[in-house]
Amino acid sequence: MNLITLWHDFLAFFIPGILGYGGGPSSIPLVENEVVGHYHWMDVPEFSKVLALGNALPGPIATKMAGYIGYVVAGVPGLVVGLIASVVPSLILMIVLGNLLYRYKDSPKIKRLTVLIRPIIAVLLGVMAYSFFKDAYESAGWLQPLAIAVVSFVLLEKLKIHPAFVVVAALGYGAIFMAS
Amino acid sequence: MIFLQLFVGFLRAGLLGYGGGPSAIPLVQKEAVEKYKWMTDDEFGDMLAIANALPGPIATKMAGYIGYRKAGWLGVLVAEIATVIPTVLLMMILLLTLSSFENKPWVRGMTHAVVPVVGVMLATMTWQFFSKSQKELGWVKSMAFVAGSFLLIQVLNIHPAIVITVTLVFVLVWPVRSEKSEIVEQGRKAQ
Repeated sequence: MNLITLWHDFLAFFIPGILGYGGGPSSIPLVENEVVGHYHWMDVPEFSKVLALGNALPGPIATKMAGYIGYVVAGVPGLVVGLIASVVPSLILMIVLGNLLYRYKDSPKIKRLTVLIRPIIAVLLGVMAYSFFKDAYESAGWLQPLAIAVVSFVLLEKLKIHPAFVVVAALGYGAIFMAS
Repeated sequence: MIFLQLFVGFLRAGLLGYGGGPSAIPLVQKEAVEKYKWMTDDEFGDMLAIANALPGPIATKMAGYIGYRKAGWLGVLVAEIATVIPTVLLMMILLLTLSSFENKPWVRGMTHAVVPVVGVMLATMTWQFFSKSQKELGWVKSMAFVAGSFLLIQVLNIHPAIVITVTLVFVLVWPVRSEKSEIVEQGRKAQ
């Protein structure tokens, strides 16, 4: 096994990890830049195929890409290095900052921060909700997504059913009635 | 049995979150706030703010932070493994065995059907954050803040990380009215 390859594997996922704001999906173009453009581990169709499968499966996308591509490049050590590179650096920042905030959570400044940051988070979540609905409309029209949205709202919010059951039910419905 | 709870909670959020880490946010909230009561709604909101202001995948930042808060570094490890490993393995098995899994009509149907559900969960969270903000700041101020951040983020395309960081710095630097003046004010109101 080649240490240089592992080092490249680390860099290829470390750089998108610390430059990608807005969660894993926003780091995908940066990953493509490293994997296809810089290191030539894959060509564009191969990368697209991996991305398409990653999107068809649940879970965070950045780590699925890092784990799989790391494995292709350098076997199991490559998988481990790819995962560490994409997860650990931002995680350490998160734990340090989060704990700082938690330690001073009763100070008036932090209380004010909580209050002032909340509208921003509401906007970010609202924008994300909109992009999911837009995506649903573009891929499956308005009728079925709307029906699914209404039914899942009633199940989740009125009948207080755990999201796990609602998501599994939606998956089952989609596999049978929305196959295209 | 905090380790088992962390594992089960993040395994569920990981295996049910379609559309990358951000779609797991409402699922993590359900586990962390409502089911296991690891943190309050306020703490979750603060965590989400920092997670959004920092680069990198969002699901693993939430899992690691919550794992650390509840059970130290071993908690981090358990929560991260539950979030990351099962879906990576699934991906490898499928890519190395089936070649055109993602093009199967029923797989695409599943993905299509789950997107509106995530939309509803995110919209509900949006409403929760907004109504809480309205209770604290009142209609006028909270609407103004929402409109202001919408303008900055969506219309002027300023990166959310910048908006959050500027707010953070502003709040930490701007002096809070001293307790003394608040007491004086309360005294005035009481009169």
